[in-house]
Amino acid sequence: MIFLGSLVVRRETFKTYYHLTLEECIQIGIKSILLFMLVSTFMGAVTTLQTAANLVSPFVPRFVISQVVREMTVLELAPTIMAVIYAGKVGSSMAGGLGTMRITEQIDALEVMGINSASYLVLPKIVASLMMFPLLVIVAAVCSMVGGYLAGTLTEILTPTEYIYGIRYSFNEYFITFALIKSFVFAFLISSISSFRGYYTQGGALEVGISSTQAVTTSIIAVLLADYFLAYLLL
Amino acid sequence: MIKIKNISKSFADKTILNGIDGEFDKGKTNLIIGSSGTGKSVLLKCIVGLLHPDTGKVFYDLRNFTEADKDMKSEIRREIGMLFQGGALFDSKNVEQNVMFPLDILTKMPLGEKIERVNFCLKRVGLEGVNKKMPSEISGGMKKRVGIARAIVNNPNYLFCDEPNSGLDPQTAIVIDELIMEITHEFDITTVVVTHDMNSVMGIGEKIMFLYKGEKMWEGTNHEIMNSGVKELDEFVFTNKIMKNLKNGSI
Repeated sequence: MIFLGSLVVRRETFKTYYHLTLEECIQIGIKSILLFMLVSTFMGAVTTLQTAANLVSPFVPRFVISQVVREMTVLELAPTIMAVIYAGKVGSSMAGGLGTMRITEQIDALEVMGINSASYLVLPKIVASLMMFPLLVIVAAVCSMVGGYLAGTLTEILTPTEYIYGIRYSFNEYFITFALIKSFVFAFLISSISSFRGYYTQGGALEVGISSTQAVTTSIIAVLLADYFLAYLLL
Repeated sequence: MIKIKNISKSFADKTILNGIDGEFDKGKTNLIIGSSGTGKSVLLKCIVGLLHPDTGKVFYDLRNFTEADKDMKSEIRREIGMLFQGGALFDSKNVEQNVMFPLDILTKMPLGEKIERVNFCLKRVGLEGVNKKMPSEISGGMKKRVGIARAIVNNPNYLFCDEPNSGLDPQTAIVIDELIMEITHEFDITTVVVTHDMNSVMGIGEKIMFLYKGEKMWEGTNHEIMNSGVKELDEFVFTNKIMKNLKNGSI
């Protein structure tokens, strides 16, 4: 909490943060989007095949497969699994980058110049995460359902019409809101925990590696706990 | 001028600095010397505010830095330039962006003027045509020069150098030392250099403070250091046979 408090005191100009946040958005969002699309497409495809393999009763209509894919994707796979991947890719990179800056005295250099290094380095990362992760989750959700569509139709498990019908059937818009709330919370947790771990790295290269690992581990635990409590509170 | 009064600093149970007093004069290269682990870098960090001393005060031209409010501290820090041991250049920025960084953050100078100032500083440290190179593409000596250019770009009143020639070959080390001294005289700034390099001590030590086990043991100039009469300092200065023979008059 003290660390988060230090981010909002002795700030630089808005223009400075604007540029830094844009840079972080590119680093975090644009450079992660391919991985997210790839993982989520396969996730949707596999979910479709596995759901089809388990729904063997002739009394269950086949469009239920895509309905299950939709619910799993929107409620859990897109926000939570992507958060785990985000922690692994972006969180470790944040911790590693800040840790390296710490041990090579780059953070000290900022402090000597009279700059609040925590605010200058960390605030843009958190803001960029809050902006980009929900967008990545939306992209992942769409890709997952497209992946499910391709897997389902190409293997002739169900027809395109059945798949689309199932996707639209009994759709609850609130689940989208819920997924977005989750994505904001996860983005905040991952970026702040990873930044904290990296910013307070002490030692050398070995400790930077340890900080990165701790950042990922702690972020994932925090995400899973938050996932449970959000589901308990909001569903 | 920078004045320090009764600076002490401990980490856990270990006392690193014990009641250090001293003055660092304007227009001179002031050296803090001593063996490894005597607290030189800790003292420097206490002076620039990267560490808060347990006791004591630091004055920048009579302004109490240790007890100053955040605004005053910020104001004083903006008058400080610092060269770090490894250069501490920002990896994600090229040479020009690194040198321009203090101007971007601390001033509202138009871009043209900033580029002009950056080029002047790079020229001053003997680096031209490297503006677009990344820190990973330049040598250790060049990194130190870029670090010096970044430290002086905002016309500081105080320049701090933490082991400026560590890891450099003797020739480059001397070039860096001379550059620091020239800049000190040219811009009439207060320069404090932490070093354990005897070439630096003899070459640019216009005022020297010798630390031993966290305490100030001796103060003087490079001309006086040979005959200080302080056993601990003699052991530090005359470490090798040639220096010992020089001291004994055998050479």
